[in-house]
Amino acid sequence: MEKITLASQLLQYLITGLTVGSVYAMVAVGFNIIYNVTEIINFAQGEFVMLGGLIMVSLHVAVGLPIILAFPATIVLVTMIGILIDRLAIRPIRRPSVLTLIVATIAVSILIKGTASLIWGKDPFDLPAFSGRNPITFLGAVVQPQYFWVIGFLIITAVALSIFFNRTIIGKAMTACADNADAASLVGINVKQMILLSFALSAAIGAVAGIAITPISLMEYDRGAMLAVKGFGAVILGGLGSFPGAILGGLIMGSIESFGAGLIHSGYKDAFALIVLLIILFFKPSGLMGSIEISRIKRF
Amino acid sequence: MTLRRIFIIATICFFSMGLLISQANAFDGEYKVGAVFSVTGRGSFLGDPEKKTARMLAEKINNAGGINGKKLELVLYDDEGDATKCNLAVKKLITRHKVCAVIGPSLSGLSLAVIPVAEKYKTPLVSCAASYKIVHNKKTGKPYKWVFKSPQSDSMAVKAIYTHLKNRGINKIAIISVTSGFGASGRSELIRLATEYNMNIIADEKYGPKDTDMTAQLTKIKGKAPAAIVNWSIGPTQVTVTRNWRDLGMAGIPLYQSHGFGSRKNIKLAAGAAEGVLCPLGGCNIAELLPADHPQKSATMDYLKDYTAKYNEPLSSFGGHAWDALQIVVNALTAAGNDKAGIRDYIENTKGFVGQHGVFNFSPDDHNGLTKGAFHMVIVKGDNWALVD
Repeated sequence: MEKITLASQLLQYLITGLTVGSVYAMVAVGFNIIYNVTEIINFAQGEFVMLGGLIMVSLHVAVGLPIILAFPATIVLVTMIGILIDRLAIRPIRRPSVLTLIVATIAVSILIKGTASLIWGKDPFDLPAFSGRNPITFLGAVVQPQYFWVIGFLIITAVALSIFFNRTIIGKAMTACADNADAASLVGINVKQMILLSFALSAAIGAVAGIAITPISLMEYDRGAMLAVKGFGAVILGGLGSFPGAILGGLIMGSIESFGAGLIHSGYKDAFALIVLLIILFFKPSGLMGSIEISRIKRF
Repeated sequence: MTLRRIFIIATICFFSMGLLISQANAFDGEYKVGAVFSVTGRGSFLGDPEKKTARMLAEKINNAGGINGKKLELVLYDDEGDATKCNLAVKKLITRHKVCAVIGPSLSGLSLAVIPVAEKYKTPLVSCAASYKIVHNKKTGKPYKWVFKSPQSDSMAVKAIYTHLKNRGINKIAIISVTSGFGASGRSELIRLATEYNMNIIADEKYGPKDTDMTAQLTKIKGKAPAAIVNWSIGPTQVTVTRNWRDLGMAGIPLYQSHGFGSRKNIKLAAGAAEGVLCPLGGCNIAELLPADHPQKSATMDYLKDYTAKYNEPLSSFGGHAWDALQIVVNALTAAGNDKAGIRDYIENTKGFVGQHGVFNFSPDDHNGLTKGAFHMVIVKGDNWALVD
């Protein structure tokens, strides 16, 4: 067994950090989509990731659908759940304040977690990796083929979202709701539809993250909360509401965890991420990419 | 005419009721035993098989005529992995249900939390959790008077692993553990016993119970080139560690897992990565592998057959702890009757009880009754275990 060089070690930490960070980034993007339109923090965001992973396992492993079919089917199913959440939990609330809506999402997350534990039980589930499990060695560091998928999905999500928000009418309408919901409805944008759409989109992205990570780390009914916490950290780090910020925040969080665990002390790796978060907020309270002007006009 | 008919019907009712009552009274009274398990919540992988096992065993005992002609009534509570709920449940069992003994809780932290209750109400409690501290009062250096436990302590698993390492001539090891109670307790035992076995721990890495990847920790370990790695965790993380270990090309460094690896599901979830992984397991996990003349062979095979037939799911070693705990109490009830002090004394003097996880020899200084011999070292071969020695 040859000894691994420090350079290879560092490369390994970076690759691992970026992979884990990509998942945090996808969760963070999901947070932002809903936040931008509704100003609420959706605490059920992590449950979308969990559902994505577990539904994919059911469709691909249990039912036997090929990945190419199970993948879109899973996204559609989780998106429907996102739509149902808006219809059943968010829209019926009378005279909604931001706080009541946030509490409603907490209730939803508990409900989803409980239902998932009844459907799938409490054991973790495995999903076969998309391109096998034979690791590739690169300059002494080991790369799982699945890592490419995870990072690839993040890139695709980011590109697709930027096209959607900048180039399409619906995307621009959603951005308008984010800027000012009252003004948006004055120019004929159906704000309720946009809220529905934001839940659908964010559920879909959560599902993608869940499908991508399950072959690496398995998936079980109660993993959502942890991912939501990490994703939320990434959102705050990058600046609430900013998409580039969310992606950057996620990747930074993942890398700090990985380097912190490898170079300093693995017992405190979550603490390192939080310390960096606090330092950045101290110098730039709106986050890396957030703007203080925008955060002033938001209610939350 | 109508009066007569009513009379006849009333008579029939009366007699059939009498028949029903006598039917229900096939048992001459009952013995109440309380059980508290984490059936739901974070410890559900422990509590669920424990509950199923306790129910199954109680049913079997009652079908065979109960205990001395009395029915064994199992009063079961779910503590949801919550110390407050657990505490209340044990109090309720003792004061309201008037049970003569309690089995459980499933988790070490919760067991420690209810020791004062069992001591205060002078009720025997047989815990199903691992920690050595449950049966070791730091102040007196002796066990608590009313508290026993059925699972092997983690120190025994550590001793079994260290003995195996020593026999292979390995003394330069890396340890990696989860930051939950199970991992932290195992880690402190690994460090405490290292000097006794001349083990040199050159790396001490940790990860969270819900972490997605341990490549960073293992890369660091790889850089220090130990002769063996010991991982201490339960749940999905132990599978992730196994996979990362294989992916990083570290299969040349033997990987030892704790007794928490004791489910064939883990081998399956590791998807081939677990080949060659070593771990210490109780007899209950490896009933089929035990030689025919092993003392635990028949007890473990019976349990395996009953459980898989009744619940149609693979046997988990944790259920075996509930089997041991309940059977120990039942034996004491058979001998001492409904007398708490008598039950306690009987358990304390139990010798040679053949359980699922070992042969128990209790004494006033040992309220666990097991030794490191209760563990067998096994290695993963294909999708099953094989004994090594």
